[in-house]
Amino acid sequence: MIEGILIGLNTALSLKNILMVMMGCFFGTIIGMLPGLGPMTAIALMIPITYGFDPATGLILMAGVYYGAVFGGSTSSILINAPGVPGTVATSFDGYPMAQQGKAGKALAIAAYSSFAGGTIAAIFLLFAAPSLSKVSLAFRSPDYFALMVLGLTAVSAFSAKGQFLKAMMMAVLGLMLATVGQDTLSDIPRFVFNNMNLSDGISFVLVVMATFAMSEALTIILKGTDPSSAAKAISLKELGSIKLDKEETKKTLKTIPRSSIIGFIVGVLPGAGSTIASFLAYGMERNFVNKEEKEKFGKGSVHGLSAPETANNAACSGSFVPLLTLGIPGSGTTAVMLGALLGFGIQPGPRLYMTNPEIFWSVIMSMYIGMVVLLILNLPLIPYIARILAVPRTFLIPMILFFSVTGIYLMSFNTFDIFLMIGIAVVATGLRLYKFPMPPLILAFVLGGLMEENLRRSLLISDGSFNFLWDRPLTAIILVFTILIFSWQSYLSLKTK
Amino acid sequence: MKISSVKIISLLFFVLSAFYLYTAYQIQVFSFDENAPFNAKTFPIYLGYTGMLLSALRMILPEKTVEEVNHKVLDYKKVILLVVTMIFYGFTILRVGFFLSTSIFLLFAYYFLGERRWKWMLLFSFPFVALFMLLLHGVLDIYLRDPLLKYLGIIG
Repeated sequence: MIEGILIGLNTALSLKNILMVMMGCFFGTIIGMLPGLGPMTAIALMIPITYGFDPATGLILMAGVYYGAVFGGSTSSILINAPGVPGTVATSFDGYPMAQQGKAGKALAIAAYSSFAGGTIAAIFLLFAAPSLSKVSLAFRSPDYFALMVLGLTAVSAFSAKGQFLKAMMMAVLGLMLATVGQDTLSDIPRFVFNNMNLSDGISFVLVVMATFAMSEALTIILKGTDPSSAAKAISLKELGSIKLDKEETKKTLKTIPRSSIIGFIVGVLPGAGSTIASFLAYGMERNFVNKEEKEKFGKGSVHGLSAPETANNAACSGSFVPLLTLGIPGSGTTAVMLGALLGFGIQPGPRLYMTNPEIFWSVIMSMYIGMVVLLILNLPLIPYIARILAVPRTFLIPMILFFSVTGIYLMSFNTFDIFLMIGIAVVATGLRLYKFPMPPLILAFVLGGLMEENLRRSLLISDGSFNFLWDRPLTAIILVFTILIFSWQSYLSLKTK
Repeated sequence: MKISSVKIISLLFFVLSAFYLYTAYQIQVFSFDENAPFNAKTFPIYLGYTGMLLSALRMILPEKTVEEVNHKVLDYKKVILLVVTMIFYGFTILRVGFFLSTSIFLLFAYYFLGERRWKWMLLFSFPFVALFMLLLHGVLDIYLRDPLLKYLGIIG
């Protein structure tokens, strides 16, 4: 492992990669601050740029963007009560009241230190957990992988939007349908191409991500008439005050960090749960841990209440890399985008990544530490200045997002058909967004579609067409039971409400 | 009786799944593969049935909360204008070239969204695209086809 850490450090500490982490954190913070534009949009816009780099550098850049976006979301939550990403909603419960009491600088500092500590502790967990899990996951067979992917899709659908389970499952099926367009991987038989040569290679992953996130989010902003840059203007006008914490505040933060890191990491590892659930759980748990006097301060600017969700959401970000790096199965929409980008580089993440491409495996883990340091050193003092850059009017911001989306696709294929297909998918996605059809299950399903079919093919061929493979192996059966439990729980929830 | 928009979308998804399933059955597989436990159409067939089942459930089951959107407050005009501009951009990018088509696309998009500060609009169109192209050509070494700039002798 020491050798791996050194390989990772060597790659991550190269001048180019440090610059990438810094650039990623900076860019991610900017996008994360804009309400409505989250980490997935930020990463999607970065994908075409990463094709000019080697895989390790590309992934390091995207990891930086991810952390930056989560941090940016916290900033707008604390300063103007407008969470940029769902994972930072719980941050606003105590962060915004603190800012209103004239302690905006302190609130930002607590958020930054908690994020740093949470991310670092979780990255240490990842450092030890990932190699061991990689070895364990070598025991996984095709039926287990298939069952795990079904579990992942069910879990992401269950947690993506409250009370929208069926809608989310429909989106997952749509994603799988889109993934089947093009030649069959084994027999090369064309499927759903309708005699159109442009579809014979299938639909590009970047196209689907750009269309369903960057482009459709831009169109939704215009459709609803919202102005994301107004939030940034408000941030740039805020007086932050001192960012120095006193002894009492430091003590409280230090108490909260360890327990919130653990819960954040565990929730992050679970497929579908992610940073939103982690932050709410940590907030609720922290409220039960503190004494009565502190409990009453929750919602009114409590240090514990701010530190807990911030620690947990960053720990969950690190945790979400565990299934991606060890099993090759992303547990969230954001890591699904990263998986798609890795597949674009010709790299298949999974248990063997640890052995075949150790420099990628370890450099991603190492770059997480570097990303945390960058966020702490650069972003915290620079927040008002970053926000000033952001105060670009919507009339310029939206055309720029559309421009980067169209150009990103054009640069990949030099084919206008892809541009038209992307516009078509973006228009449909915008309509679906209006009626709260969640997009992350679609992306996750699109990325997993090929792998899912391949594993189902192998399983069915081995079992001679029988579905017994689903319960023949104890591991497959256990995963299947979890899937059924989530499905039943969601059904129970809908019946209970009625 | 008023049918909710989500149920209409579910009905459309049901029709799409049915069409997908029909097309899946039409996939021509090799004759030796026809009776294999798994061939090129097996997975799509499962997906077609799953899509139909889920959308049917969404249509049949009663709704907890009716998701309705107030269409009067939505700015469809600007979105349609932007989409048409993007389609036009798609049509011209290969024929006219990246520089001119992108600059014009940006100018129109700024204008349609209500921007009228021409100095800024011009700055963030032609010079911005030129800089972007310089970055692609000079730094990232990515070739961009541009007949106009080639004709003018600016790029090789």
